Amino acid sequence: MKRLTALVAFALLLVAQGASAQTLKAVKDRGMLNCGSNGTLAGFGLPDAQGNWTGLDVDFCRAVAAAVLGDAKKVKFVPLTAKDRFTALQSGEVDVLARNTTWSSSRDTSLGLNFVGVNYYDGQGFMVRKALKVNSALELNGASVCVQQGTTTELNLADYFRAHNMQLKTVTFATANEALKAYDAGRCDSYTTDASGLAAERLRVANPDDHIVLPEIISKEPLAPAVRHGDDQWFDVVKWTLFAMLNGEELGLTQKNIDQQMGSTNPEIKRFVGTEGNYGEQLGLSKDWAVQIIKQVGNYGEVFERNVGQGSPLKIARGLNRLWTQGGIQYAPPIR
Amino acid sequence: MSSEQVTGTRPPRVPLYNDPRVRSVIYQLALAAIIAFLVYSATNNAIEHLRRANIASGFGFWNQTAGFDISQSLIPYSSTLSTYGTAFWVGLLNTLLVAVLGIVLATILGFVVGISRLSKNWLVARVAGGYVETIRNIPLLLQLLFWYNGVLKALPDLRDSYVVAGGIYINNRGFYVPEPVARPGFGWVELAFVVGIVAAIAYSVWARRRQMRTGQQAPVLWVSLALVIVLPVAVLVLAGMPIHFESPQAGRFNISGGLEVVPEFAALLFGLTIYTAAFIAEVVRAGILAVSHGQVEAAYSLGVKPGPTLRLIVVPQAMRVIIPPLTSQYLNLIKNSSLAVAIGYPDLVQIFTGTVLNQTGQAMEVVAITMAVYLTISLVTSGLMNIYNRRMALVER
Repeated sequence: MKRLTALVAFALLLVAQGASAQTLKAVKDRGMLNCGSNGTLAGFGLPDAQGNWTGLDVDFCRAVAAAVLGDAKKVKFVPLTAKDRFTALQSGEVDVLARNTTWSSSRDTSLGLNFVGVNYYDGQGFMVRKALKVNSALELNGASVCVQQGTTTELNLADYFRAHNMQLKTVTFATANEALKAYDAGRCDSYTTDASGLAAERLRVANPDDHIVLPEIISKEPLAPAVRHGDDQWFDVVKWTLFAMLNGEELGLTQKNIDQQMGSTNPEIKRFVGTEGNYGEQLGLSKDWAVQIIKQVGNYGEVFERNVGQGSPLKIARGLNRLWTQGGIQYAPPIR
Repeated sequence: MSSEQVTGTRPPRVPLYNDPRVRSVIYQLALAAIIAFLVYSATNNAIEHLRRANIASGFGFWNQTAGFDISQSLIPYSSTLSTYGTAFWVGLLNTLLVAVLGIVLATILGFVVGISRLSKNWLVARVAGGYVETIRNIPLLLQLLFWYNGVLKALPDLRDSYVVAGGIYINNRGFYVPEPVARPGFGWVELAFVVGIVAAIAYSVWARRRQMRTGQQAPVLWVSLALVIVLPVAVLVLAGMPIHFESPQAGRFNISGGLEVVPEFAALLFGLTIYTAAFIAEVVRAGILAVSHGQVEAAYSLGVKPGPTLRLIVVPQAMRVIIPPLTSQYLNLIKNSSLAVAIGYPDLVQIFTGTVLNQTGQAMEVVAITMAVYLTISLVTSGLMNIYNRRMALVER
């Protein structure tokens, strides 16, 4: 009878268990942020030789940890493949998914995700061997292309070839590593992924100088961090972390000068650093949440240059990712 | 009460709730009800949570356009027109293709190696032993990676393909062989092939009956081969060769035309065959050793030659020991084929629980379907093997 009771209790538990929406509280209680990241993409998410994670997406997670926990180091990075990433977020294994993920309508509406905003405007390109003497993606009729599974890239590729009446042979691999390795071994004529990824991956093939990236950008790939659908409070926190990084750059706040700027009389900076208003409390965070982001991680521009820009081996130009004030399209709503 | 006194030996009537049969029925019903309730509530719970988390559920995705490309397909498939349902069938057929070919080849290789290991020839026995001990002690995944990266990628580039006489191209994109294309009149050859098979079966039935009656043996194997192979070939020649071969042509990027065998498929088939054959060899060896040596001696003393002794006395008895573990090896091979995902072969797992799951985000539905498919394939295989086993089992009179 005891066993029977236990069974019934278990059944009731299954029914009664509600949706857990309290991610912010869970992260604070845990004292650690679980961040789903790319483990193999230089510039976005990659552990270095000492095991320190580096990258644009990695630093975004650090910024969330700085805002929520006051310590950018309290992040556990969970490396995810493209095809497993959404399941990991849906099931609660990670709190934030910052893994060069393209924001698309179906992902936003049917995968149970909310995208917080674009942290990198990207587009899909092709890499080929110079020996092929191909100058444009439109000359790739009949080519075989190595591609990673579970990406928008896989879909754009089929669309692009179909739209231009070209024959295509795709060879699909579970990870970017395997796809790149197969391309490098000559299994495919071309390797395709986001342009930023091509810049990084070209440095990893045996002879980078034998390969070129074709000029065509065949798609819009707004890369955006995501959180689970249905937890608006957490959605706000992560969204405003991104906005704080952008606003910080716009206000000229850097890792170096943020301490001096604490006493600034500029009302915008006063609201940013928390000496005026209670914008941090409204988010469920401390007063100096934005200061911690800038102090420990840096503003968007600093993070960009350090990971993918001139301070990195990739040397990608800011391009579309410049602030709106400098001719780009990065634009954050104001803190007020 | 009176009936009790009449029968005398009957125990006193127990209350209904103490009757063991009634109790067991009640417990069974209660358990079934609880399990049904658990399943129902878990399903309900999952649906409710998915709805609340705004995750799509249900099987509506089956008829949506897939939008991605697949490198090997046995049925017509196009990225812009075909649905996720079609992609599922493409993956399933690719899985079945590699599984069926793998089972056939692994069985042949396994029997050869298993019998070789018992050979009196020192070299043959040692080579077979070395093969078994090496292959079955290295993880299959590593072997697949070895065949794919180590062997096939070492083949020359497209532009430096090995060209074998007859228009066969071999390079790191795969193997290309001329594809036979039927011309009008080929139907006669197909007809001759069918007639040949039917005639071969009829002949073997006749030969068995005659042997039962008179003890005379007939060359069943040679006559069958002649009927199945020589007859269609003869018709082919008589009909004026209504067939031509479409040779592969080297294009700018790839070789077009002809039959293409992609390296992913070749590596997977190779790896699965060689790995499983090592286990089958041991099963075969165990089966043969299980046949009492007295049987062989008895056959020899009756003047039966070694060949027929193996074929007619040892193997039929060994099969009774071999078939059950052989079935397990077949099931292992089928399930191991899902390691295709590591080397980019588009099998069911790679296409369906890979790309389709990722794009639709419907993990539960997709994984449930995939598990049901593997369960079905395995149960069917094991069912067929059980039927075969029953036919081979010792008939006791």
